[in-house]
Amino acid sequence: MSGAFRRAAQDPPWARRLLAGGAILAALLLLALPLAAVFTEALRRGVPAALEALREPDTVAAIWLTLLVAAVTVPVNLFGGLAAAWCIAKFDFPGKRLLTALIDLPFSVSPVIAGLSFVLMFGARGWFGPWLEARDIQIIFAVPGLVLATLFVTFPFVARTVLPLMAEQGRDEEEAAATLGAGGLQTFLLVTLPNVRWALLAGVLLCNARAMGEFGAVSVVSGHIRGETNTVPLHVEILYNEYQFAGAFAVAALLALLGLVTLAAKAVLERAAGRRAGGEA
Amino acid sequence: MTVEVRDVARRFGGLAALDGVSLSVAEGEFVALLGPSGSGKTTLLRVLAGLEGTDAGSVRIAGREMAGVPARERGIGVVFQHYALFRHMTVFDNVAFGLRVRRQRPSAAEIATRVRRLLELVQVPELERRYPEQISGGQRQRVALARALAIEPRLLLLDEPFGALDALVRKEVRRWLRGLHDSLGITSILVTHDQEEAMEMADRVAVMERGRVVQLDTAAALLREPATAFVAGFVGDAARLPCAVRDGAAHFAPLPIAPVPVALPDGPATAFTRPGEMLAHRGDGEARVRLVRDEVEGPARLVVQAGPAVLDAVAAPGEAFGRGDPCLLSLRGAHVFSAGGARARAG
Repeated sequence: MSGAFRRAAQDPPWARRLLAGGAILAALLLLALPLAAVFTEALRRGVPAALEALREPDTVAAIWLTLLVAAVTVPVNLFGGLAAAWCIAKFDFPGKRLLTALIDLPFSVSPVIAGLSFVLMFGARGWFGPWLEARDIQIIFAVPGLVLATLFVTFPFVARTVLPLMAEQGRDEEEAAATLGAGGLQTFLLVTLPNVRWALLAGVLLCNARAMGEFGAVSVVSGHIRGETNTVPLHVEILYNEYQFAGAFAVAALLALLGLVTLAAKAVLERAAGRRAGGEA
Repeated sequence: MTVEVRDVARRFGGLAALDGVSLSVAEGEFVALLGPSGSGKTTLLRVLAGLEGTDAGSVRIAGREMAGVPARERGIGVVFQHYALFRHMTVFDNVAFGLRVRRQRPSAAEIATRVRRLLELVQVPELERRYPEQISGGQRQRVALARALAIEPRLLLLDEPFGALDALVRKEVRRWLRGLHDSLGITSILVTHDQEEAMEMADRVAVMERGRVVQLDTAAALLREPATAFVAGFVGDAARLPCAVRDGAAHFAPLPIAPVPVALPDGPATAFTRPGEMLAHRGDGEARVRLVRDEVEGPARLVVQAGPAVLDAVAAPGEAFGRGDPCLLSLRGAHVFSAGGARARAG
C-alpha cells in the first residue's frame, strides 16, 4: 500500500476504514440497537412474565388471525407471483411492460393508500358497498378485507425475487425440453421451477414476513375489533397506547423474532443457491 | 429422414430473417448451412425444429407437412449453440430426460441401460454423476449430443456446435462427429459460419445469404462453379477485384494486373480470385513486393502492394523475389461476374 504506485480507483487505507467503520456504526445505531431494545424491554421481568403476556386471550386471537391471513396470502402470492414472473420472463405479449410496472405498484404506493382504496371500493359507502350489504357480505372491518389489503402489499415479493433469475436464464432450457418431447406442464415442473427454487423460497419467506408484519394497509381496513380483526402489529399498537408496556413489548419481540428468523433463513437459502447456480450449462 | 423446405418466409417485425428459402436434404445426408451472421441459418434450423413458426411456405420432413406440429412431437434431435443443458440435473438425468417425459415411459432399469450406452457412445461414461457446471465445454457438447440422441431421432440439427471449443479440440471433434453420423445412419443438418468446418464435415453445403439458400452443392462444386458473386466471395478465401470487361477481356486498371480473356459482354464486373491464382513475375512494373514467405513445397507466397491495394500472390514458377522488388501481376484464373449477374471463368 505504501509503494509509489497505487491504483487510481483505490482509496487510501484510512478513508476505507473510516467509511466501513461509519457504515457499521450507523447500522448498529439505527438497526441493531432498537431491535435489542425491544428484546430487553420484553424480557425485563423475565421470560415467564413475557410468556404470560403472550397468553392473554386477545393476544392469542391476534396471533391466530395473523397466521390465518398469512396462510391465505402467501400461497396466493406464491402462485400469482410465479405466474407473473414466468409470463414476463419467458414470453412476449402486448402489455408486458404494463404488467411489469404494475408488479412494482405496491412498492411505490403507500400502504395506507392501498387500505383506503379497498375501503373506497368495498366499504359501506363504497362502490360495491350497497351490493355487498344486500347480500350480507362483510369485507371491510372483517377478515376478507385484511386478506385483500395484505395481498396487495405483499404481491411484489415473490415476483420480484424470481423474475430477474428467470429472465437471466432465458428460454434455452425450455426449448431443449420441448425438442426432447416434454409438454408444457412437464417443462414447467421439471425445468423451469427447479431452476428458480431457491429464489422462489426466498421470495416466499420475504412475502411471509411482510404479510405478518404489515401495519398500514391492514390498519385502515381492520376496524381494530379486539379478538376479531386485530392482527399482531395492530395489537402491539393498541397495547402500547393503553400503557400495557409488558404485553406490547412481549408481542413486539415475537414479531421481531419472526423477522430475524426470516432473515437467517433467507441467508442460508442464498448460500445454497450460490453453491448450485454458478456455472452456466 | 428427408427434409423438404419450400419458399419459407419468416419476418421479425420489419426484418425478414427468412425470405423465401428452399432446401432439400436427402435421407442420410449431412448438410451444412453456411453463411455470415444474420443470413438466417439459425432461424431456418429453429423452423425445422419447430421452435419458430413460419409466415409462408412449407416444411416437409419425411414427407409429412410440419405446419402445426409442435416441437415436442417432431422427434428431432437438437444440439443447441450453448448446449442448453439442464443446469440443475446431473449428466445422467440430462440424458435420461427425453426418455422420462415419454407417454410410455421405459422402466428405470431400461432408462439406465440406455443412458449408459449413450454416454459410452459419446465417450464420457465417467461423467454421469456430475453437473453441467462441473464439466468442460467439450464434455458438455458430448453430453448435449447424447441427450439429443436419446430420443432416437432420424434427423439431427446442430447449431454452431463447435463454437465454444478451442481450435485443437474442434478439429478432432468434427471428425469424430462425422464418423458418428455415418455409423448411426441419420440425417444431419449443421449450422456454421466457418467454411472450413462446413466443407470438411458436410456432403453438401448450403450457402445462405439474406434469408435464402443461394447455392446448395458439394464443397468442390462451390469452389469450381460459384453460382453468385456472393458465393464466390464468401467461399474459399477469394480476393475481390473490381474490373471492366472490354472486347472479351477483363481490365483491372488502375490495378497493375494484366488483362485476362473472359467471355462476358462489355461493362463493369467483379472478379474473384483465390490466393494461388494471382501470379507475380519479375519485371519493371508498378507493383512492389512487400513481404515474402517461402513455402516448403510449391512457390513462395507474396504480399504485393499494387497501387492502393494490397494483394496476396504467389511467385511464378522458377522466379524468386526479395522485399521491395518490382513485379508484374497476372491472373491464372478468376470467376468474373458482370454487373447483371452473368458469370464466366476467366483465364
